[in-house]
Order: sequence, then structure tokens, then C-alpha cells
Amino acid sequence: MTRSVIELEATREDRHVARMAAAAIALSLAEAAIPSPVPGIKPGLANIVVLLVLSRWGFRAAAWVSLLRVVGASLLLGSFLSPGFFLSLGGALTSLAALAATRTLPERWFGPVSHSILAALAHLAGQLAIAWLWLIPHAGILYLVPALAAAALGFGVVNGLAAARLLDRGPETEPAPQPTS
Amino acid sequence: MLRLLRPGDWLTLAIAALLVGASFPLLWSRELADRAVVRSAGRIVAELPLSRDHSMRVAGPLGESVIAVERGRARVVSDPSPRQYCVRQGWLERTGDIAICLPNQVSLELAGRSRRYDSLSY
Repeated sequence: MTRSVIELEATREDRHVARMAAAAIALSLAEAAIPSPVPGIKPGLANIVVLLVLSRWGFRAAAWVSLLRVVGASLLLGSFLSPGFFLSLGGALTSLAALAATRTLPERWFGPVSHSILAALAHLAGQLAIAWLWLIPHAGILYLVPALAAAALGFGVVNGLAAARLLDRGPETEPAPQPTS
Repeated sequence: MLRLLRPGDWLTLAIAALLVGASFPLLWSRELADRAVVRSAGRIVAELPLSRDHSMRVAGPLGESVIAVERGRARVVSDPSPRQYCVRQGWLERTGDIAICLPNQVSLELAGRSRRYDSLSY
């Protein structure tokens, strides 16, 4: 039998994505430890990391970080493949779609706060869509929308401000390459 | 803090706040119920208009449940079921509100012109 060696080359971007995903997972775990007064309302601190990566490294890296965060955090929290995992994944996918769209807005006028607000609301919409289509096919779910949307807006603004503040501190110590996508 | 927000961010924030604000009256509005539907063993035994005060007795397998309509609201006054959930639920006011007495198989539901929910499980 011939020994086959598979070598995976980790590029600089790979390592950066891994580092950022690790930071996002850490934030998710820290957040899971904070008791929430209302189930379903979470600050979504990991999204700050996604916003940073989006602005510095482009959409592809941000999508990687976001999805790795969902999978990694769910593995560590023991919710992998549970309904909560799919809600989380659905939210991540719709908020990534929103970020892909908001990236085309003129940067001079729309900063991280806009991205964050729209991504947070898209996240909520994605989660509710999954909850409605799969878990609770019932119009009663609409009753939850105003409170959840208000929370999403509030945390969206806060996370956006945090990301804007971090980006404002000037370039990272490690210079980012040109965004790939 | 304020310089972190670009002009478009204010716009986004304003529009989002407007939409969220509008969702409260839109989705939390109380659609007025106009009648109370009383069921026993799944069959409708009475539809009481909420405009007049009533009191009625409904027979179930365990005994009689007493239902009252008063000032546009309805409630189960007493019921022989052991846990008394439907009695403790108190007054029902919104369309779609429902009190179910088990195992006496009696239910009380408020209905309006359009049925928005057939139950709320929270």
C-alpha cells in the first residue's frame, strides 16, 4: 500500500478566518452563559466579529467566519443539529444574504451600523421563517415579532457601534490583504 | 460615539425604528371579538354574542362547566376538571383567546369577523 500524504496548505486568509471564527465562537459561548430575561433574545455579540471581517477581508471571509461560528458554537454547546442549531443557521444565512446586499451600498454614507441593523433584522426574519415553516406552523408566531424586532434593532445598533468603534481604531496590526470578493 | 454613525446609518436607523414601531400596533392590535364559541366534546353547543351578558352551563363527561359572558369578555366560571387551568385563565378578551377544560372536554373560544389564531400555546 502506498502511503498517500494529503497536504493542506493553509493560506494567510485561512488562518485569519480560523482566528476570527475562534473569537466569534468564544463570544457565542460567553453569551450563552448570560441569562436572558426573555428566551430567544440574545445580543449576538459574535456578529461584531463578522462585521469586522466583512469590512476588512470581504464577504467570503465573513461568510466563513459566520458559518464556522454557528457550527463550532453549536458543537461546544451541544446543540448541533437540534432545532436551535437550524434556527441559528437559518438566521446566519439570511443575515449573510443581507450583508451581501448592504455591501453594495455606498460606503461613504452607510457604515457598520447600517450593516448591523439590516443583518440583525434579516437574522430575525430568517429564524422566524424557519420557526414558522418547520417548528410552529402557526400565525401566533407573528405575535412575537414586535418584541423580537425591537430587540434585534437595539442589539443591531449596539453591535454596529462596537464594530464601527473597533474599525475606527485604525488598521489591524496584521495588515489585511485585498478583499477577495 | 456620534461620528461612528454615517448619514445613511441614521437613515437606516430611522426607517428600521419606524418599521419596528409600526409592527407593534399592527401585530399586537386587539381585534375585537364579537362572540364566544362554546364547545363540548368538539361540537359547538352555543355561540354567545359578547354584546349581552350571559351565563350558561355546559355538560361534559365529568360534570357541568359554567361559562359567563360579561361586558364583552368571557370566562369559565367553574369546571369539574382537576387542574382548573381553564378557570384560572380568567377573562378572555381577544379574538382567538381560548380556554380548554380537560378532561371535561369543554372549550370556550372568542371569535371575531376573521379568525387570526385557532390557539395560542405560549
